[in-house]
Amino acid sequence: MIAGCATRRGRGSLLLRLGKTALGANAWLIFAFLYIPILVLIVFSFNDSRSVAHWTGFSMDWYLRLFSNEPLLRAARNSLVIAGVSTLAATAMGTLTALGMDRYPFRLRSSFDAILYLPIVIPEIVMGISLLLFFNLAFFPLLQALLHFRMTLGVPTITVGHIAFNIPFVYVIVRARLVGFDRTLEQAAQDLGANEWRTFWRITFPLLLPGILGGALMAFTLSLDDFLVTAFTAGTASPTMPLYIYSLVRRGVTPEINALSTVLLAASMGLVVISLVLQRRR
Amino acid sequence: MSVRTERRSRGPLIVLPAALWLILFFTLPLLIVVAISLVERGRAGGVKLPLVFTLEYYQRLVDPLYLGIFWSSIRIGLIVTGACVLVGYPMALFISRVAPGRRNAVLLLVMIPFWTNFLVRTYAMKLLLSAEGVVNNLLVGARLVDAPLNLLFNNFAVILGLVYGYLPFAVLPMYTSIEKFDLTLVEAAADLGANLRRAFLRIMLPLTAPGIVASVILVFVPVVGAFITPDIMGGGKVEMIGTLINRQFGVARNWPFGSAMSLALMAMVVVGVVYYLRTSQEGERPL
Repeated sequence: MIAGCATRRGRGSLLLRLGKTALGANAWLIFAFLYIPILVLIVFSFNDSRSVAHWTGFSMDWYLRLFSNEPLLRAARNSLVIAGVSTLAATAMGTLTALGMDRYPFRLRSSFDAILYLPIVIPEIVMGISLLLFFNLAFFPLLQALLHFRMTLGVPTITVGHIAFNIPFVYVIVRARLVGFDRTLEQAAQDLGANEWRTFWRITFPLLLPGILGGALMAFTLSLDDFLVTAFTAGTASPTMPLYIYSLVRRGVTPEINALSTVLLAASMGLVVISLVLQRRR
Repeated sequence: MSVRTERRSRGPLIVLPAALWLILFFTLPLLIVVAISLVERGRAGGVKLPLVFTLEYYQRLVDPLYLGIFWSSIRIGLIVTGACVLVGYPMALFISRVAPGRRNAVLLLVMIPFWTNFLVRTYAMKLLLSAEGVVNNLLVGARLVDAPLNLLFNNFAVILGLVYGYLPFAVLPMYTSIEKFDLTLVEAAADLGANLRRAFLRIMLPLTAPGIVASVILVFVPVVGAFITPDIMGGGKVEMIGTLINRQFGVARNWPFGSAMSLALMAMVVVGVVYYLRTSQEGERPL
């Protein structure tokens, strides 16, 4: 396309050809930059010694060790429970909010809109420490005083935080889906005698589903990957997968972390494939 | 009439769960941060009881030591954002010019790192640069150096790690903008006598600016408040706002000072983003 504009001047066409080559070289260099570290990581997860740079032979030992590592399995279970619960809750609330904001005018709507975008914009560490202070200095003492119930940081507090940062992402994604929404379909359904409930489940919901699933997938990934909000709301007893990996990485590099990372890489590839399938359906 | 009032009342009703959740677990906690930043610290974390009002922690923020760390975080943020946009824009242009049949495969190559756990990717970079890592092994093996180099735990390593971490975030929004841009417009400008540089600066750059703006925000905001990368790639030797805040809630046990610092970071980011959005929109208008 761009080549056509250069026929006027020889110098321009030479420049363009150079530009094209440079463009390609730049892109493949970036791909190398993005993938070489990951490939090295994967290769050395199969090394049969503790070295992460000298290849000494093939082995699956580091993977076998993962499955008998009790703290790791507990962290994985925590992560999945938190991601599952927070995805369900945030998807339900985010979707309802997108519908409400899109269709019904009400007072304070624009200020609520600002609150919905703020969690996306402010640095995550600020959200983490704000929840830490809230639970320790307000929520727990209040619970103790009113209900004589002692609560500490753990899986429930992490889940509460994850729901809070996931709602805005689901909201933004579902709301984008509502932008091109053809509302005459709903009117047609109602003209044909469907009540509002039926119209929602038979017309609105199926049409919104790709957006809802996209938002849910985003929420699930964000929750599984989250480090900062989790770190400040986890306390000491219940690490998630990222917290566990972090504690290992701080101690140094070992093939065991490589093996664990490779498992997680495979899992996120799975998520990418799912998201592509979802997009194709749109 | 009745339909209208019914509609009016349903809006607030279905946004209520999310509104309550965010007010209770997002807005209220932020207000508590403000409150804590204004009272004296307790000995072992927490705050001193009964509460004592003070502005001490805000005064400490302008101490040259802390101003320096704020400034170096902003500088790292600008360098990383600049690098991501400078190499990411041509990358996005390249992807938009790949034949449609193969384009999804190339896009997938950008999206995989985007969806991959951030810690895992940072670890991969640390692995590569560590003393016993592949880069040092090759250098020593090729006898270019006698002993492994210290590639980690310095500013360069942190910046490299951040660019590595956030580059995919920069490429995708710029790709979306460039893909929508009609390249024949550059052709038209050239036919009208503009050279390539002028056609790019006057036509293509302004029309793809929304993607650049989105990329800048998506990279700068997390980078300036980053914790994982400076912590892992910097190994305690590179201080950024994120690591400094974290220390106030860890070993330093100074929650009020950490709160004041967090609010300063938040204010800086929000004001910066709003200002940036304003000026970049104004910049587009003359066209």
